[in-house]
Amino acid sequence: MNKKRSVNVLLLITILLFVVMYMAGIVIYGSKGFTHFQTFLNILINNAGLICVTCGMTCVMLTGGIDISVGSLVAMDCMIIAVGVTRWMWPAWALILFILAVGVLFGLVQGFCIAYLEIQPFIITMAGMFFARGMTAVLDVHQISVTDETFTKLSSLKITLPFGGYTNPKGMYVAPFIRISVIIALIVVLLTGFMLRKTRFGRSLYAVGGNQVSATLMGLDVKKTQLRAYMLSSVLTSIGGFCYVLNTMCGTTTQAVGMEMSAISSAVIGGTLLTGGVGTIIGSVFGVLINGTISSLVKFNGHLLASWANIVTAFLLMLFIVLQAVFAKIREMQKK
Amino acid sequence: MEDNVILTMRGICMTFPGVKALDHVDFTLRKGEIMALMGENGAGKSTLIKCLTGVNKYEAGEIHLEGIKGAIVNKDTLDAQKKGISTVYQEVNLCPNLSVAENLFIGREPMTKFHTVDRRAMNKRAEELMKSLNLPVDVRRKLEDYSIALQEMVAIARAVDMDSKVLILDEPTSSLDDQEVEKLFTMMRALKKKGVGIIFVTHFLEQVYEVCDSITVLRNGRLVGSYPVAELPRVRLVAAMLGKDFDDLAAIKTDSTEDKSKAPVYLEAKGLSHTGTIKPFDLTIHKGEVIGLTGLLGSGRSEMARVIYGADRASTGSISINGKPSKIKAPIDSMMLGMGMLPDDRKVEGIIGDLSVRENICLAIQAKAGIFKKIPMQKQIEIADKYIKLLEIKTASRETLVKQLSGGNQQKVILARWLATNCDFLILDEPTRGIDIGTKTEIQKLVIQLAKEGKSLIFISSEIEEMLRTCNRMVVLRDGAKVGEIEGRDMNQMSVMDAIAGGAEK
Repeated sequence: MNKKRSVNVLLLITILLFVVMYMAGIVIYGSKGFTHFQTFLNILINNAGLICVTCGMTCVMLTGGIDISVGSLVAMDCMIIAVGVTRWMWPAWALILFILAVGVLFGLVQGFCIAYLEIQPFIITMAGMFFARGMTAVLDVHQISVTDETFTKLSSLKITLPFGGYTNPKGMYVAPFIRISVIIALIVVLLTGFMLRKTRFGRSLYAVGGNQVSATLMGLDVKKTQLRAYMLSSVLTSIGGFCYVLNTMCGTTTQAVGMEMSAISSAVIGGTLLTGGVGTIIGSVFGVLINGTISSLVKFNGHLLASWANIVTAFLLMLFIVLQAVFAKIREMQKK
Repeated sequence: MEDNVILTMRGICMTFPGVKALDHVDFTLRKGEIMALMGENGAGKSTLIKCLTGVNKYEAGEIHLEGIKGAIVNKDTLDAQKKGISTVYQEVNLCPNLSVAENLFIGREPMTKFHTVDRRAMNKRAEELMKSLNLPVDVRRKLEDYSIALQEMVAIARAVDMDSKVLILDEPTSSLDDQEVEKLFTMMRALKKKGVGIIFVTHFLEQVYEVCDSITVLRNGRLVGSYPVAELPRVRLVAAMLGKDFDDLAAIKTDSTEDKSKAPVYLEAKGLSHTGTIKPFDLTIHKGEVIGLTGLLGSGRSEMARVIYGADRASTGSISINGKPSKIKAPIDSMMLGMGMLPDDRKVEGIIGDLSVRENICLAIQAKAGIFKKIPMQKQIEIADKYIKLLEIKTASRETLVKQLSGGNQQKVILARWLATNCDFLILDEPTRGIDIGTKTEIQKLVIQLAKEGKSLIFISSEIEEMLRTCNRMVVLRDGAKVGEIEGRDMNQMSVMDAIAGGAEK
């Protein structure tokens, strides 16, 4: 039962925190509609892209690395799609394949530099961050709307759920809905979660993060594992970019600024250690949900500056890092 | 190839910057043979093994393995493992964040038909393996939940389970206690029966004669020779390793048994304790006295030293030094009071690999002087040279980075660091672990010399013989508590063993 005690306690705290915050929202802003199931679904819709990106980030962080290029890469993906439909006149499917290919290539270059040239991941992905942000502006400095029919259809597609609706004051039944991006995000979550727990590659990520020297000596290909982790991160980021563009339906240079930090903070709040080797996808997802709930609460308040969300996140990050340290200490003391 | 030979290495050569690490070394291993690989620090044992496992690329020579035609070249450890050469290293090389079962099977997990890791099968096989080796381990728990000794056993179990033809054990016993060593030997004998060839690297002579069939001796990167155990008595083995007339260990015990209880008291601890590691104890140390702390692994020997030094802050009790009550909250306090400590986990707590030998030696005196009073270069050079010579530290120059030195020589550098501070009281926690016999003797002599100069010392070692030779008095610990002291004439192997075992359960 207690095979993963420490992780489970942290995960439990994360989930509990989410529930408490959400309940608080219901109590305070219940009259404004926070009780509606749709509020929760909106958090999912707004953060579908971030969820995909955080899944990739978690994999990279499990190896003990970091990828701060993801925010810029999302912006570049959005811009590629915007410019692609308006100027290059490419069909939607080609553009989607293209941004996935861009993700593969991006991750390949970054991962190669980190794994085989042994360069600090922070520096390399920072270079990637500047490159992607720069390329976004080179493609176009203005805000460009995505006008393509396929994208418009995908973006406006409402998938109504058969439960959890409410009747509005006018007596009309409002069914709750999600968007295609949420489905994509859920698939990504399921697949990465499965991959981490059940596949050899997934377990290798944990091993590499646990002790790189040991992993090598036990016969794992550490470099290949690292390379793949960064490729996975960039590909999931491109998928996240696709989800993101479905929400915003435009490309601009200032999109997804700081998204890498949101992804990192979500992963950390979800129990991923920066030193690698510890973390779960489900934890990271709850990390995103907590961040999303904070923004949602600030929005519902209506008077607060959006920056208050940052301050709350800051405190949560502190709390979780302190908790991780405390648990590590307790574990050490128990051992003695 | 000769009958039954499973591994031959011929004319292996390897050069590190400035050092010929291996010079035409030959090595032969037969089926079901336990071969001890012996040599001083820097003799080339580790390098030879790394050549065999593909970690180091050798420049000349070839390796043949039974069942494979032609010379083999291992690209890396994985490649070596696939060919049937498994290694268990001195430091536990597993992943503490994974479960025991995963550590046993990572890289070769049982797979389901959907090509995913079959946890149930993996855990079951891990359980069977642990059971067959008599290890009390819950394979589902994380490895970090277990002691270093158990982790090491898991590492060996991993190698055992991989159907290796050749099993390399690189100083596996340095962190195990006697019982665990015995378990390991049982394991080794069982493997021997299965026809596995075992290369056993160790510094413990007793273990060599207990379990090995033959001995290969290296010195300064050259092969001295290979002998069946029966043809190489201890004295000759030691002589072969040292390559000089063996300075009889027994001779170093001169007048160290003399009673120091009349000498002035240097340090007195009353009711000192650290919650969770060591129960309250009293201890008096006289000037010029060497106190040995003895007990089984985990009995609290290191912990007692740590709390005296302030590395763990005392929960209760008091310390007075030279009759004056002293407050020791952290190591810097005890350093200022003239104390020094050589910790047992030198990799983590002592050495700074990217600094030079000179800088490492001068670190403690610099810390004592404060960062604003830089010690003049001329003086640093003087000090460094003095101790390099005194301790015979094998280094290309005093400016060589410490990480390029062999383990034993790194140890000497840290010892030099504390000797340089000229402190009144020195705690040496396993100063001789993992180093060769020649250096061991040197260090033992040095301890006695320091005591003669009026310094007090605490000496911790797993080898009782060594402590008997150097200590005036021995403090016995069991289960985190001080259980007795043995002095003067009463000190001998039997009395100490008895005290450690406590006559409780045998």
